[in-house]
Amino acid sequence: MRIAVASGKGGTGKTTVATNLAYVAAQTGRMVVYADCDVEDPNGHLFLRPTIAEQRPIDRLVPVVAADRCTRCGRCSDACRFGAIACVGNSVLVFPELCHACGGCQLACPEQAISEVPRSIGQLRLGASGRLRFVDGMLNVGEAMSPPAIRAVKAALPNGDALVILDCPPGTSCPVVESVRDVDLVLLVTEPTPFGLCDLGLAVEMVRALRLPFAVVVNRAGVGDREVWDYCQRQSIPILAEIPDDRAVAEAYSRGELPLTAAAPLAECLGGLLAALDAGWSRGEQDVP
Amino acid sequence: MKELVVISGKGGTGKTSLVASFAALARRAVVADCDVDAADLHLILEPQIQGCEDFVGGRKARVTLERCLAQRQCLDLCRFGAISFDGPGNGRVAKTCRIDPLACEGCGVCFDFCPRDAIRFEPVVCGQWFVSQTRCGPLVHARLGVAAENSGKLVTHLRRTAARLAAERQLDLILCDGSPGIGCPVIASLTGASLALFVAEPTVSGLHGFRRVAELAMRLGVPGMLAVNKADLNARVTEQLEDWARQHGIAVAGRVPYDSAVTRAQLARRPVVEVSDGPTAQAIRDLWDKVERRLQASPAEAASHLVPLASSPTT
Repeated sequence: MRIAVASGKGGTGKTTVATNLAYVAAQTGRMVVYADCDVEDPNGHLFLRPTIAEQRPIDRLVPVVAADRCTRCGRCSDACRFGAIACVGNSVLVFPELCHACGGCQLACPEQAISEVPRSIGQLRLGASGRLRFVDGMLNVGEAMSPPAIRAVKAALPNGDALVILDCPPGTSCPVVESVRDVDLVLLVTEPTPFGLCDLGLAVEMVRALRLPFAVVVNRAGVGDREVWDYCQRQSIPILAEIPDDRAVAEAYSRGELPLTAAAPLAECLGGLLAALDAGWSRGEQDVP
Repeated sequence: MKELVVISGKGGTGKTSLVASFAALARRAVVADCDVDAADLHLILEPQIQGCEDFVGGRKARVTLERCLAQRQCLDLCRFGAISFDGPGNGRVAKTCRIDPLACEGCGVCFDFCPRDAIRFEPVVCGQWFVSQTRCGPLVHARLGVAAENSGKLVTHLRRTAARLAAERQLDLILCDGSPGIGCPVIASLTGASLALFVAEPTVSGLHGFRRVAELAMRLGVPGMLAVNKADLNARVTEQLEDWARQHGIAVAGRVPYDSAVTRAQLARRPVVEVSDGPTAQAIRDLWDKVERRLQASPAEAASHLVPLASSPTT
């Protein structure tokens, strides 16, 4: 079972929900994995403080040109749609940050002068926090493309019966699509404000386009207005949990503590969320709302 | 022309609320909402849309059903798992190749190497962009299509449009609201800007996100200032943020308190400085004074690369 925790807007509480839900679920004795797919800004480790058992580079292939075979015909740069390889005068230049590793230049080269070598774009870390298993990916600063690093995190996940909680990046574009693809349920975390509602609407459009089952978690309930609830009711979207606004939660979060250890209402709330998820699965409720 | 980019690394630290207030205080600015996959500034600035255009970014491959003979070269060559052998029959073969548009990377390899010429490679509309008028001046904003790619290209396009508008209307400042993270839309927002204002909250993740985006800005050669939002939430982390900033040549521009006035202003759909005279509104005014002074001192040509050659003044 894979659950993605996502949101359109940043800072609505994805990491709070994902880390605490993973922690609560692991307490029940089942096999649980927390996977941080927000590779541009992975924060889960700050709260779960895992012991890292293994760390390895996340590699991507980039072309290298053998100068002795290259005839500077320029077919490689004609084939590249990303401007990542250019035939300039007497040499061929490769721009690794622009390369999508599609292999097109290698296929286009009539002299077999192009081969590929791995280049590190980030780090993959695997470990454990108590009973909870932990995976995250950290993109190197300066790298533009996060989807390959997200794919590396997802490739490191176990198959089978484990409950996997994927902490996703904010937004609705390619990094989020990469993170939520193939999950069993998306939890969209929002806050009851105009920004929260607007970005929830965008996130709902995205999960509907991907035909994924989803539900909403309202965080900081009590701060804004009731429009998020009205919207979910009109759209028949289930709200699985409401986390009350609580300065104690915000302060515990600021210190890097798992907030549920500091706030009883949050622990209760997430226990309720887990029970709702379990009840939904046992009834086979996997329809797209 | 000067360009300020408000950025944060971690999401939800208050970028948009600050930019809305800055737009109200600056008066002579073009505002650009560069958070194209979760744009919110329009909720506060109430734009009157004056122009709207499709944004075409990149191309995607599609199978021409009647030509496919299921030779499956495409399936072998695609490195993005976008092609599957489960398309409908076409009278010649029982099953054809099918391309998932959401998984297609737009590399064109399948198109280049299909032996039957059965794949088209067509430009895709990945969103719309708008030029609007607001009570605080012109706004350029966009809406990225659902699950679309190329947000970086769209950001670059918005910044160029903002620079062109500023030149036409003789405004000397561009205010950009950035997106969270450090990836392509953020690199596209920061590259060549006059100044980055990092908005950080005093939490362990706020500190982590701030360091990463500040390192990116340093690498891109963009000078920065730091504003700590919700500063009283954790005094110790606020000091850590400010210490790290000073050690890395980033000036500390100010602190904004943790205050429900910010949410109240958002509910009223107004910038905080327009609806409140409280300590938070005052802190934002002080912050803007410092940022504005710093912008005036920065070199004027910093944003000029954004102006298309045709409209840039000859020197």
